[in-house]
Amino acid sequence: MAHPSQLGFQDAASPVMEELLHFHDHALMIVILISTLVLYIIVAMVSTKLTNKYILDSQEIEIVWTVLPAVILILIALPSLRILYLMDEINDPHLTIKAMGHQWYWSYEYTDYENLGFDSYMIPTQDLLPGQFRLLETDHRMVVPVESPIRILVSAEDVLHSWAVPSMGIKMDAVPGRLNQTAFVTSRPGLFYGQCSEICGANHSFMPIVIEAVPLEHFEKWSTVMLQDA
Amino acid sequence: MSDVIEEKIKNYRTAPFDARFPNTNQTRNCFQNYLDFHRCNKALSEKGQDVAPCDWYQRVYKSICPMSWVAKWDDQIEAGSFPGKI
Repeated sequence: MAHPSQLGFQDAASPVMEELLHFHDHALMIVILISTLVLYIIVAMVSTKLTNKYILDSQEIEIVWTVLPAVILILIALPSLRILYLMDEINDPHLTIKAMGHQWYWSYEYTDYENLGFDSYMIPTQDLLPGQFRLLETDHRMVVPVESPIRILVSAEDVLHSWAVPSMGIKMDAVPGRLNQTAFVTSRPGLFYGQCSEICGANHSFMPIVIEAVPLEHFEKWSTVMLQDA
Repeated sequence: MSDVIEEKIKNYRTAPFDARFPNTNQTRNCFQNYLDFHRCNKALSEKGQDVAPCDWYQRVYKSICPMSWVAKWDDQIEAGSFPGKI
């Protein structure tokens, strides 16, 4: 989850997010280098006492500062397209979960075998236990088996919502009457937090998402218990 | 043929990738499998054949379709107001 004064991305919890992180580092480095160069040139131009009245044109430098930016753009485009196609690859999911957005909570359905469905409400601030995160914790978490490809189908029952988990690099709009598919693999066990990302009314800020990634046996035990409690 | 289908249903994990619906929007995937299940049931039971092969479509639509959509469509079928052609 995010920590106070955070500037960068959260630690990656899925392979796709790792790729996005590294690409962002690459693109930002290029941007910083160019900006530093331009700033230096501006300062140098503005603070010199020299004047030169006799330059009219110069083929060589014109070629350099046309070709070099084109090369830099290609160096940015190639990794970007690689990740774009990587994210679009056909994967073979082990599990399908539906995340339905409501005003103002998410409900999760695991219907591959039995009809398991439950609601996930935010825990109000006054009911938090010590160590829990304000506006992020929920009463029931979306439990998934770790390192398994999972298909998530996102939709909504009333207005637009958006299901987002930044540490996995996922955001998918929840549109009533439409079923949007996304997929992820969790690289490690743990808790991964997200928040509704499309304005949906008074409590839009108070319908978070928590993914709990656990080993497969724990997931099977959890789903048995949840089915019994339902 | 039917034992191939039985094998697939026995080893069912979740709905596999369907090349007819390769994109993000899976609405039609859900609706199509729901329709196919009911059409399969209708066609096979009219011929007096075993409807077991239709279970595949049921597993897939149960995996993919939200429970509220399935409940609504089931009610519509019972009431005779289902918009799809079965």
